[in-house]
Amino acid sequence: MNRLPDLSPDKSPLTLVEVIYSTTIREVMSTDPITVERNTPMSTVQQLMRDQGISGLPVAEQGRLFGIVSVQDLIEALQQGKLNVAVSNCMTERVVTLEEDMPLSMAISTFSKYRFGRFPVLNAAQRLTGIISVRDINVTLVNRLLQQVSKFESMFDSEVTPGIELNRVFHTRQHDFENGGKASTTIKKHLVDHHVDRSLVKRVAIASYELEMNQVVHSIGGTISYRITPEAVEILVQDRGPGIENVDQALTEGFTTANEWIKSLGFGAGLGLPNAKRVSDIFFIHSEPGVGTTVKAVVYLQPKKEEKHETE
Amino acid sequence: MKLSEMATHANWASLQPEFVDSEVEAAYTSDLLSDVMANAHDADVLITIQAHNNTIAVASLAGIKGIVICNDRSIPEDMLASAAKEKIAIFRTSQNQFQTSQTVANALDA
Repeated sequence: MNRLPDLSPDKSPLTLVEVIYSTTIREVMSTDPITVERNTPMSTVQQLMRDQGISGLPVAEQGRLFGIVSVQDLIEALQQGKLNVAVSNCMTERVVTLEEDMPLSMAISTFSKYRFGRFPVLNAAQRLTGIISVRDINVTLVNRLLQQVSKFESMFDSEVTPGIELNRVFHTRQHDFENGGKASTTIKKHLVDHHVDRSLVKRVAIASYELEMNQVVHSIGGTISYRITPEAVEILVQDRGPGIENVDQALTEGFTTANEWIKSLGFGAGLGLPNAKRVSDIFFIHSEPGVGTTVKAVVYLQPKKEEKHETE
Repeated sequence: MKLSEMATHANWASLQPEFVDSEVEAAYTSDLLSDVMANAHDADVLITIQAHNNTIAVASLAGIKGIVICNDRSIPEDMLASAAKEKIAIFRTSQNQFQTSQTVANALDA
């Protein structure tokens, strides 16, 4: 019950990481927890747990925490017929606590570490102000993520304006650096004018520019065709040769066949195809030496399940 | 700090007046245009020695508002013309990329 999935920053989606780091324990915990005092009899604990459906009670007096009494402690008291003894004889005294101002991430790592069902929460003055359970965390996470999802949805609903549809073909010529980037710049402007989300524009710009410059640098010329719908930007790049000997190698970061002159212009570092592939939702490349290279890169403008394709 | 203020502060020569004088919050230093494309994210200023037209294309695509050309490299006319068209500022300095990065970083920290 108290097992949480691995929510470490390097393994979780950014939105989730932001939520767990920007939310404090104060916002998540249950306030005014039911407590018992040191001299409360265990029979009262039994009653409270049954009636309130709770499995752990902080032992506190005027906000000062003395321990915690759990279902486990109650079961032991029952077995030993000690229902009339005071809580102080049965409680766990060494309590792991959390503080109000800590981020939620801290609570999650504490739950993973100790496997208790709940932790008392103290304020800066070390007074008991709340209690936090895995259920509190789950409820908060689900609510925050629902908020984020509806925010994303409304973003997509309102962002893309009518008239975004476009079919356009650009031509490139070998080593025509003068015009290199024109197609990408034109398409970027079109997307910005139609209020496409900046991060998506950026991804299209990267894929488009890298593929465009690849044609200028490496091929003997070809075409770049764009098909833009409210759902996606599809870039189809076709050249007339010379083709790529080893496509896997070309997709490896750092691999390059560019000459020194091209490198001196800031290109040909072997980042082009890997960059383009990284930012695309669908990436497909087919090349035949002596014939030419075709690349199709798609960036979705609407949330969709992501898939990546490499060579045929 | 605005682009124009940064230029005055760092003693850069401003080579074309047609630019949007926006706020500088971050800079990126690289001579590799693919690297700029992939990593310059939200940089406002690009520090580089790549003084040619394609730098403008990359800057425009990456959302960069000003380019600082280091080591007093000469800047071709067509680059300045493209920059004016894209409303991107072009500055020149005799300092190298490291020194320029340091100047910008210090100015942003202040």
